[in-house]
Amino acid sequence: MLRIVSARSLSRGATSLLQRFQSTLVIAEHDNEKLIPITLNAISAAKRLGGEVSCLVAGTNCSKVAGELSKVQGVAKIFVAQHEAYKGFLPEELTPLILATQKQFNFTHICAGASAFGKGLLPRVAAKLDVAPVSDIIEIKSSDTFVRTIYAGNALCTVKCDEPVKVFSVRGTSFEAAPVSGGNASSQEAPPPSPAGLSEWVEQNLTKSDRPELTSAKVVVSGGRGLKSGENFKLLYDLADLLNAAVGASRAAVDAGFVPNDMQIGQTGKIVAPELYIAVGISGAIQHLAGMKDSKTIVAINKDPEAPIFQVADFGLVADLFKAIPEMVDILKKK
Amino acid sequence: MALRALVGVKRVIDYAVKIRVKPDKTGVVTDGVKHSMNPFCEIAVEEAVRLKEKKIVSEIIVVSCGPQQCQETIRTALAMGADRGIHVDVSGKDYESLGPFQVSKILAALAKKENVNLVLLGKQAIDDDCNQTGQMTAAVLDWPQGTFASEVKVEGEKLKVVREIDGGLETISIKLPAVVTADLRLNEPRYATLPNIMKAKKKKIETVKPEDLGITLTSRVQILSVEEPPQRQAGLKVETTEDLVTKLKEVGRI
Ligand SMILES: Cc1cc2nc3c(=O)[nH]c(=O)nc-3n(C[C@H](O)[C@H](O)[C@H](O)COP(=O)(O)OP(=O)(O)OC[C@H]3O[C@@H](n4cnc5c(N)ncnc54)[C@H](O)[C@@H]3O)c2cc1C
Repeated sequence: MLRIVSARSLSRGATSLLQRFQSTLVIAEHDNEKLIPITLNAISAAKRLGGEVSCLVAGTNCSKVAGELSKVQGVAKIFVAQHEAYKGFLPEELTPLILATQKQFNFTHICAGASAFGKGLLPRVAAKLDVAPVSDIIEIKSSDTFVRTIYAGNALCTVKCDEPVKVFSVRGTSFEAAPVSGGNASSQEAPPPSPAGLSEWVEQNLTKSDRPELTSAKVVVSGGRGLKSGENFKLLYDLADLLNAAVGASRAAVDAGFVPNDMQIGQTGKIVAPELYIAVGISGAIQHLAGMKDSKTIVAINKDPEAPIFQVADFGLVADLFKAIPEMVDILKKK
Repeated sequence: MALRALVGVKRVIDYAVKIRVKPDKTGVVTDGVKHSMNPFCEIAVEEAVRLKEKKIVSEIIVVSCGPQQCQETIRTALAMGADRGIHVDVSGKDYESLGPFQVSKILAALAKKENVNLVLLGKQAIDDDCNQTGQMTAAVLDWPQGTFASEVKVEGEKLKVVREIDGGLETISIKLPAVVTADLRLNEPRYATLPNIMKAKKKKIETVKPEDLGITLTSRVQILSVEEPPQRQAGLKVETTEDLVTKLKEVGRI
């Protein structure tokens, strides 16, 4: 720890007494081509802790992403781990790397975005460090006190974590994205890999779309069981295109095979908080609301005036969606 | 190779209940509230039973950690087709601070004791929403993990797992022994029939204490408060699609 106590931090006075001992490692999520945006939200959360922020980039191809990260405001150091062992970003391979990095640099905090990647990886790291992790935090009160939701977003839980290393994942929609320019991070090689060989990545089946990415879109149009078929989702795609919106779905729509699983919004799908959320043919079950009720403006289009979605909607239209959506498309096209 | 499966099940407030936060902000009201098996755990049990029906799994042991009432949850799993149960008795203060950190240690100890080679869990509990236990159990055991599984196939000494990831689906191949956590799309759990419920009453549930497994329950995470989230303002009903578009323009959303 003494290593960190430079003359500069000593002169910063009493308020930084705590902060100079803080150092956070953010595990960067990327696809070997570019950074996944939630990493920028995780960096903002890390900056909130006050200490130095470092990022670890591991993958089969890291140079582009490391270059991108070095310009992100607030990042001091980047550790780069490029190796075939990191193909598919398997937690069995990434965990020993993170442990080796931790052993060398003694971070007080380790975090990542609460995406499928972060959720899969961080608890494994925490268990290896013999600490209890904290999931999907929405607020940082101090270096050891975090707020998170429980019961599908129906209660806010403030937890104090006295672990020697705080391992936590960050809800992307609760923290601004760190600016992607103005930074000037130094870069160094991470400790060498020690392949575990327990798991192997086989293939991916990604949903391709030209629309904005769901979790960071400004406008989201979502469909539920009321759409009745996959073909009918075309109505929503037409509306979404006019609004430059991403398209989401309820579990009922995914289970019925109308749309792929990665479009599911809710407690057990994605959490979104766009400026505008338009729920079409969605009743507004507890589990769906968990994923969208922090949207700035919520619109509900549903033929059932008693649907719970109307209790959270800023604007509600009781109507048949098969009439209302084409009408909306016509009106928007005219203007 | 025949697999021996350990399935973790959690008793939680039923998913359809609108929870209430206690006025003293120490937690949510649980007394007199309907509880049932965590939906993701049901999916894990169902998957184990299907693997047994395909003769891939030879024995299914279900385990639940918590107070006496957890035995009902174990009974439900037994009625679905599990062979026997283990109730890890945790109550009082220890139960209040029982989380994935402690449960994963218990599960790992049982996995070794019972000599299983597959641990099946739900991907998350709908009360604490942690999504940690499976990953942590795998880490304690040094086994590979197949999280958020929507398809599981046994291929010799390996498991092929299709996972639900942010951009779509991903397939991995992991060596046995392994830990798998179930996503919603893995299967549709069966209902226990009356004859099976009756049969389940004869199946054994063994009760053990964490100490029996060599585990001391300590927690370094403390809940300071549990509060209501901010409520949304009541909204406005509009009459026509035209009105809706006009309103959205007025507030600058489109
Ligand atoms: C463990 C668990 C996890 C879950 N996780 C999620 C999750 O992450 N996300 C999620 O969304 N759900 C989740 N659910 C499911 C959730 O409980 C609901 O079942 C689901 O959200 C319902 O989807 P829906 O609103 O599309 O369907 P329904 O509840 O069937 O509602 C359909 C609505 O469409 C309306 N409608 C029908 N036809 C028309 C029409 N022509 N015009 C206008 N309106 C029409 C109806 O009035 C109705 O309100 C989960 C459930 C469980 C148990």
